[in-house]
Amino acid sequence: MAELQELQRIASQVRRDIVRMVHAVNSGHPGGSLGCTDFLTTLWFHTMRTNAPSWDMNGRNEDLFFLSNGHISPVIYSVLSRKGYFPISELATFRKLNSRLQGHPATKEKLPGVRIASGSLGQGLSVGIGAAETKKLNGDKHLVFTLHGDGELQEGQIWEAAMYAAHRKVDNIIATVDLNGQQIDGSTEHVMSLGNLEAKWAAFGWIVLTMNGHNLNEIISTLDKAKNLCGQGKPIVILMKTEMGKGVDFMEGTHKWHGVAPNDAQLASALAQLEETLGDY
Amino acid sequence: MKDFPILGNNDTRSGFGAGLLELGRTNPNVVALCADLTGSLKMDAFEKEFPDRFFQVGIAEANMIGLAAGMTIGGKIPFTGTFANFSTGRVYDQIRQSVAYSGKNVKICASHAGVTLGEDGATHQILEDIGLMQMLPGMTVINPCDYNQTKAATIAIAKHEGPVYLRFGRPKVPVFIPEDQPFEIGKALLLQAGTDVTIFATGHLVWQSILAARELEKEGVSAEIINLHTIKPLDREAIIRSVRKTKRVVTAEEHQILGGMGSAVAQVLGAEFPAPMAFVGVKDKFGESGTPEELLEKYGMSAADIVRAAKSLF
Repeated sequence: MAELQELQRIASQVRRDIVRMVHAVNSGHPGGSLGCTDFLTTLWFHTMRTNAPSWDMNGRNEDLFFLSNGHISPVIYSVLSRKGYFPISELATFRKLNSRLQGHPATKEKLPGVRIASGSLGQGLSVGIGAAETKKLNGDKHLVFTLHGDGELQEGQIWEAAMYAAHRKVDNIIATVDLNGQQIDGSTEHVMSLGNLEAKWAAFGWIVLTMNGHNLNEIISTLDKAKNLCGQGKPIVILMKTEMGKGVDFMEGTHKWHGVAPNDAQLASALAQLEETLGDY
Repeated sequence: MKDFPILGNNDTRSGFGAGLLELGRTNPNVVALCADLTGSLKMDAFEKEFPDRFFQVGIAEANMIGLAAGMTIGGKIPFTGTFANFSTGRVYDQIRQSVAYSGKNVKICASHAGVTLGEDGATHQILEDIGLMQMLPGMTVINPCDYNQTKAATIAIAKHEGPVYLRFGRPKVPVFIPEDQPFEIGKALLLQAGTDVTIFATGHLVWQSILAARELEKEGVSAEIINLHTIKPLDREAIIRSVRKTKRVVTAEEHQILGGMGSAVAQVLGAEFPAPMAFVGVKDKFGESGTPEELLEKYGMSAADIVRAAKSLF
């Protein structure tokens, strides 16, 4: 399928952008960014109906996306620029003084594509549900998508929001949880076990889907299924299995690359594994 | 000095409820959220008339603030309602990141501020909220003094684009601001001209300041009373203009003196026109159970305390 190949090409370039961005400033979060690249590429280039490259804060009559785990800013910045919201050359300003590409996503600098600041975890689900409520009030049939880390589910506000969305039958939101099983101090199992997440979300009244976050076909079909389940009185969550650091062999499957940048040799090794498909910034 | 006829006796939270209802009728973008305190916040009339624009969120204030931030995307103007403690201290990071830093048009409406909520005691009597909110870049902070002013302020903040903290209270207090008095955000209201001392007052202590000025007049002291309903942005010009004339300053607020309105006034005067100051407010203490009147007296915020503070400057 031609489109699948195109998505793979975009994902490869996004991964190159990520490792180059964090290497350039010797800071940032490559692990989770690489792990969510396949999902966010598919979401933005296949699933979401947006008015890109045109953008305004209110986002009427288009699907909205909120990144709740704001530390994976490199991947969303790359995807947004590759989608045409701002010049790809601006990726070179990531985390630098006077940049619109703040360490964690922000609205103050008016970067097109970002509608809420995130970084302090646990807040994006509430924000997404609020935006979904406004879409209902406005008679806007478009959907709201959110992305969360699995460690982020340790924040209590996530479960306040989960309870609310089910109670209020907010059925125009699709939340995705990045289940990479890792957080800063180690595995989620070691730090604070999340237990049976399928059962937890179901008990909170959500429709629960699962998928492999690195199989583009499965991402497409699961998102299609989720969209078809909207409007039936229940919010939807997708539990997405991923591997932190996916696509760069020495970063895969360990929490050690959560918030560490590669050195020059590591960058070269990473780039050798990732084809330049759309042109580096 | 002027008479300040008492027009009624009512709670400021009812002024909020009346203002919100009027907004419901005049501005279709206004929505309201409440964390299980609809009756206490006097939001029930809005809920009844506009059920589709009212969002009961349960006892989950963090979620309420996040929802409100999200609702602004698409053009709604959310008014959140809960007690002042749960509107600020409990949700400080949610307000900081999702509302203030994100520049969202959310109106955080907070009742039962200060000791005058009375018998519930110190867990609910927040005295630090003005400080918490005024420190946030871009946040407007308003503490009206009676029913009429609270109603007018509620209506005014809907027209202001940007985050607002609106603070009001529980007890019934004299209504003395005329119903038709315009409310201008950021513009101090001169209630009584005077020559010897300026009393800057906010919230419930504005009425106490009027009572204090009457006492001071009997003793030959002419007090100027300025109602600083807006603590941020502060009306620097009005503050300096008055103190240039009177040379003496009392600030009166139902809040800790550290970080509140008095601190903000002192910062302006310290830089622009240093003058002797006395601060009426809570002095680094938590409150306790009691009646509003008893608590104002015990914690040094009665009219008599304002009189003493003014006289200490002579």
